[in-house]
Amino acid sequence: MAVAEIKTTKPQTGFAEFWFYFSRNKGAVMGLAVFLIILFVAVFAAFVAPHSPSIQNRDVLLLPPGWTQGGQWTYLLGTDAVGRDILSRLIYGARFSLFIGLVVVTLSVISGVLVGLIAGYFRGRTDTIIMRVMDIILAFPSLLLALVLVAVLGPGLVNAMIAISLVNLPHFVRLTRAAVMSERTKDYVIASRVAGAGTLRLMFLTILPNCLAPLIVQATLAFSAAILDAAALGFLGMGAQPPTPEWGTMLAEAREFIQRAWWVVTFPGLAILVTVIAINLMGDGLRDALDPKLKRS
Amino acid sequence: MKKLSTLLAATAIATLMAGSAWSKTFVYCSEASPEGFDPGMYTGGQTFDAAAHTVYNRLVEFKRGTTEIEPALAESWEISADGKEYTFKLRPGVKFQTTEYFTPTRELNADDVIFSFERQYKADNAWNKYVPGASWEYFSGMGLPDLLEKVEKVDDLTVKIVLKRPEAPLLANLGMPFISILSKEYADKLQAEGKMELMNQQPLGTGPFTFVAYQPDAAIRYKANPDYWGGKQKIDDLVFAITTDAAVRAQKLKAGECHLMSYPNAADVAELKADPNLHISEQAGLNVSYLAYNTLVPPFDKAEVRKALNMAVNRQAIVDAVFQGAATVAKNPIPPTMWSYNDKVEDDKYDPEAAKKMLEDAGVKDLKMKIWAMPVARPYMLNARRAAELMQADLAKIGVTVEIVSYEWAEYLKLSSAKDRDGAAILGWTGDNGDPDNFLDTLLGCDAVGGNNRAQWCNKEFDDLVTKAKETSDVAERTKLYEEAQIVFKKEAPWNTLDHSLAVVPMSKKVSGFVQSPLGDFVFEGVDIAE
Amino acid sequence: MAGGSKTFGPSVFQRKKGLAPMLRFIFGRLAVLIPTFLGVSLIAFSFIRLLPGDPVMLMSGERVMAPERHAELMHQLGLDRPMYVQYFDYLGGLVTGDFGSSIVTKRPVLDDFINLFPATLELSICAIIVAVLLGIPAGVIAAVKRGTWLDQSLMGVALIGYSMPIFWWGLLLIIFFSGYLGWTPVSGRISMMYFFPQVTGFMLIDSLISGQAGAFRSAVSYLILPTIVLATIPLAVIARQTRSAMLEVLGEDYVRTARSKGLSPVRVIGIHALRNALIPVITTIGLQVGVLLAGAILTETIFSWPGIGKWMVDSVFKRDYQVVQGGLMLIAAMIMIINLIVDVLYGFINPRIRH
Repeated sequence: MAVAEIKTTKPQTGFAEFWFYFSRNKGAVMGLAVFLIILFVAVFAAFVAPHSPSIQNRDVLLLPPGWTQGGQWTYLLGTDAVGRDILSRLIYGARFSLFIGLVVVTLSVISGVLVGLIAGYFRGRTDTIIMRVMDIILAFPSLLLALVLVAVLGPGLVNAMIAISLVNLPHFVRLTRAAVMSERTKDYVIASRVAGAGTLRLMFLTILPNCLAPLIVQATLAFSAAILDAAALGFLGMGAQPPTPEWGTMLAEAREFIQRAWWVVTFPGLAILVTVIAINLMGDGLRDALDPKLKRS
Repeated sequence: MKKLSTLLAATAIATLMAGSAWSKTFVYCSEASPEGFDPGMYTGGQTFDAAAHTVYNRLVEFKRGTTEIEPALAESWEISADGKEYTFKLRPGVKFQTTEYFTPTRELNADDVIFSFERQYKADNAWNKYVPGASWEYFSGMGLPDLLEKVEKVDDLTVKIVLKRPEAPLLANLGMPFISILSKEYADKLQAEGKMELMNQQPLGTGPFTFVAYQPDAAIRYKANPDYWGGKQKIDDLVFAITTDAAVRAQKLKAGECHLMSYPNAADVAELKADPNLHISEQAGLNVSYLAYNTLVPPFDKAEVRKALNMAVNRQAIVDAVFQGAATVAKNPIPPTMWSYNDKVEDDKYDPEAAKKMLEDAGVKDLKMKIWAMPVARPYMLNARRAAELMQADLAKIGVTVEIVSYEWAEYLKLSSAKDRDGAAILGWTGDNGDPDNFLDTLLGCDAVGGNNRAQWCNKEFDDLVTKAKETSDVAERTKLYEEAQIVFKKEAPWNTLDHSLAVVPMSKKVSGFVQSPLGDFVFEGVDIAE
Repeated sequence: MAGGSKTFGPSVFQRKKGLAPMLRFIFGRLAVLIPTFLGVSLIAFSFIRLLPGDPVMLMSGERVMAPERHAELMHQLGLDRPMYVQYFDYLGGLVTGDFGSSIVTKRPVLDDFINLFPATLELSICAIIVAVLLGIPAGVIAAVKRGTWLDQSLMGVALIGYSMPIFWWGLLLIIFFSGYLGWTPVSGRISMMYFFPQVTGFMLIDSLISGQAGAFRSAVSYLILPTIVLATIPLAVIARQTRSAMLEVLGEDYVRTARSKGLSPVRVIGIHALRNALIPVITTIGLQVGVLLAGAILTETIFSWPGIGKWMVDSVFKRDYQVVQGGLMLIAAMIMIINLIVDVLYGFINPRIRH
């Protein structure tokens, strides 16, 4: 029966086919499920969170998690140094992490694709200059470059996002350029050029859609990497500034309690880890579903 | 389960014992790398601990555990009647250290003293710019270039310092690390060899410990100076284990990897106190943290508005949340351990109701203000951001809307001293030399407006009092003037005095002879460890 | 290449033997490096000038500096000259190996770099060894046992490692192994009880040379946790990469042939398949250099490891213009050179990419 179904769905193009391959990867589906939960929690944080993320209850400083001795169930994951509920802060923090991922990916994909298209399509001197600039960016360890950039722009969430987008840029430029270069000599492109299609039309409507698969996979990876990088910057004190409940920033604040209150250190990191794993699982699934070479095997 | 590390430590100690039968090594977990080893060029406390208090001495020094001046390289001194001439008699027979890199041929004399002064302010001195970017921040910060007329040699063991005007705090200034006495003979040798930069890397002085090696960002090693004029130390080796993370320092102390640590996290103190192997020494720090209003900008130009805001803030809550209790609420601009502290001054009571009414009476409604929070932790204020959040919540209760702003530290220092600053700024001060002038005139005098006077507060009555005190050498007279100045300060309330933090030094119970310095320095002269 | 470029087949093999194309390849790469390096220097230089707050202000801390004094110091440090003068001056210095002097410590930047770099190198080498020794076997096993629970759990672990916020991971390890179990020291490179001259800068080697009993063991115990933390991501990447490279190779004809000829599985996998699968893996390892350095920044910060990562972070916070600028240059130069070496090695292994 399953076989018959496959046969009937196969001719369908687009989303159905994609979903067929994607859903074969159990991990990817799990990742998607977890991601959707996090997304839901983030969007409806105001309803989901048991407390406000910023209200300080000065009677319960550094309260341990609910199930441990001395904990209170109203503060499921305990409280921090000024008596804020950790669970609620994590829930609100999900907003920041997902937002960071989204903004970084959007920024770097749009600019990366644009620059990559130009480099790959026009070749010549433009290409050389662009690629040289990308080489320069790649010559620095990404986190170091981001760190210095944020120091220049001033510590904060927005600047951290800009910095991370910039260090991500070369990957998208290189990917788009390589894809464009292999596509632009193909028959269908030459055919539409002969048919009189303009440069812009060729670039965006003819070539770009055919390079999308690797870009989508890379974008997913960049999404999780952005969350990690932003958290790392926050941890180093250069990302979101306290009292923002960003996970990395929460970790940085929690560092001084490493001896005394394991929960303020453990949970923010766990939140980062789970989110990143979920997105990476989805990324693996996307790659399987979109990469034609793997599809064959 | 702790066996492995104990075993490792045990083998380590065993080896060491085998190496030299009587070697006693004292390990101090310090908080930062020294900026260098020439104390004149730097301002960081870690640099003074690593260079000034180990390798060097000064003409006069602070008696251990106090801010009183006592003789050191100078045995005695005389001050002329007009307060402008200081004549120092040097201690005879003081030997400089003998190290792998230098063997002295003569004892301390007046040339060394003159050299140590002149290199810091005479532009034609070869040592004034001996490394790129050499500058003498403390020397100029304490106003010495303008104050010094000359430093001259009377005879081999007598030096005379001539001032342009009388300045009572001078002696206290001379006890400060920046004016450590170097060896001119060593300097001449380095200069002849064209290796002047080594003065900052291989220090050589008269102090209790001889410099052995520095591994950047990791450790500094010293051994006891056998020729020390104060007698050889009881420990043989002194090691600074540089450990920047406070939680890690605490871990190392508990694990027995070091004997004493600086600046623990407030959060860790309770646990350290509970450890049976540790002893915690506590002392009120010579510091103050304050919220400075900009008294040039309405409505903060009115004392009653400032007073009302002060009354609305629960400072005890700040002490609890930021210092976990390791601080006391401040009422005066100088700390209680300082002479002339006026305990009779009555503190503003935390009373939001009264505060609200006072604001209304002053005709201030819907006040919106900014509070500036420092981006870094300092001993007097561990977390300005957290303190600002607490004030924000308190002021909201009397209808004042607070916006918290912060800048990068260098920017913060610069912008907060601007006369047109918008908002009240959190900042603080750690005493340099224990003289009240170092707080009252430096931070609140009229000359300091647009500079260190972050409240931009120029009050004639107050300024006259502290200026007069500065020019008087009689301590009893000065005390009276400063006490009066504190009353004026409280009445006018240019600051909300937040806290004086407690300096907490955890150490192993094996340590004896360590005396906390009120100035926050870590001095290891005289320490010992039990086997 | 000029004459033979149109011939195919055997000439490909002949080219492999000639050294000239290889040299030309290397020189070609070097020629590209120079403009890139100039670009790097320009970026490092201009970044630092754009930093808010000036280093001179920080020299005096809370004590406010008089404006005249401030101007004098700016002049003394050469910071009041026009940007382009400063830049060319800086470039001139670079040529003679002068990377400037730290504003805070007044020591030459290059000296500090040379002093601190061995610590980072030692940690990175240990991490990459751990990553390779564990990652490649894990990848091979996962590929051979494809689809089994073993494959799934290995790849599951690899995914977790790959997704790990290592700064948190380091804190957890400290809490557990140093704090709770007391097995490993908290931070540093060796117990302060030991002191011996720095010969190579590698604590493991120096401790052996010193001949002090227990010194080597102490150095190892200090190295364990940072190595684990720094190895985590490369290990996961290498394991995943090895698995997919192996899967690809295992599916190819010659492997199938070898199998059908009845060669033992160990021989097939160990010799035929692995050798070919390793080519992309080696590239991956080369690419981990940048990842390692980024990781070193966090790892060194957590473990107070006195290496260049921590040095850079500290300098950024101290606004030490010269150190950040010089450090950026030195690190970028190093990465570029390592990438070049990887490229050349790859060119040797796989001549097809040499054009």
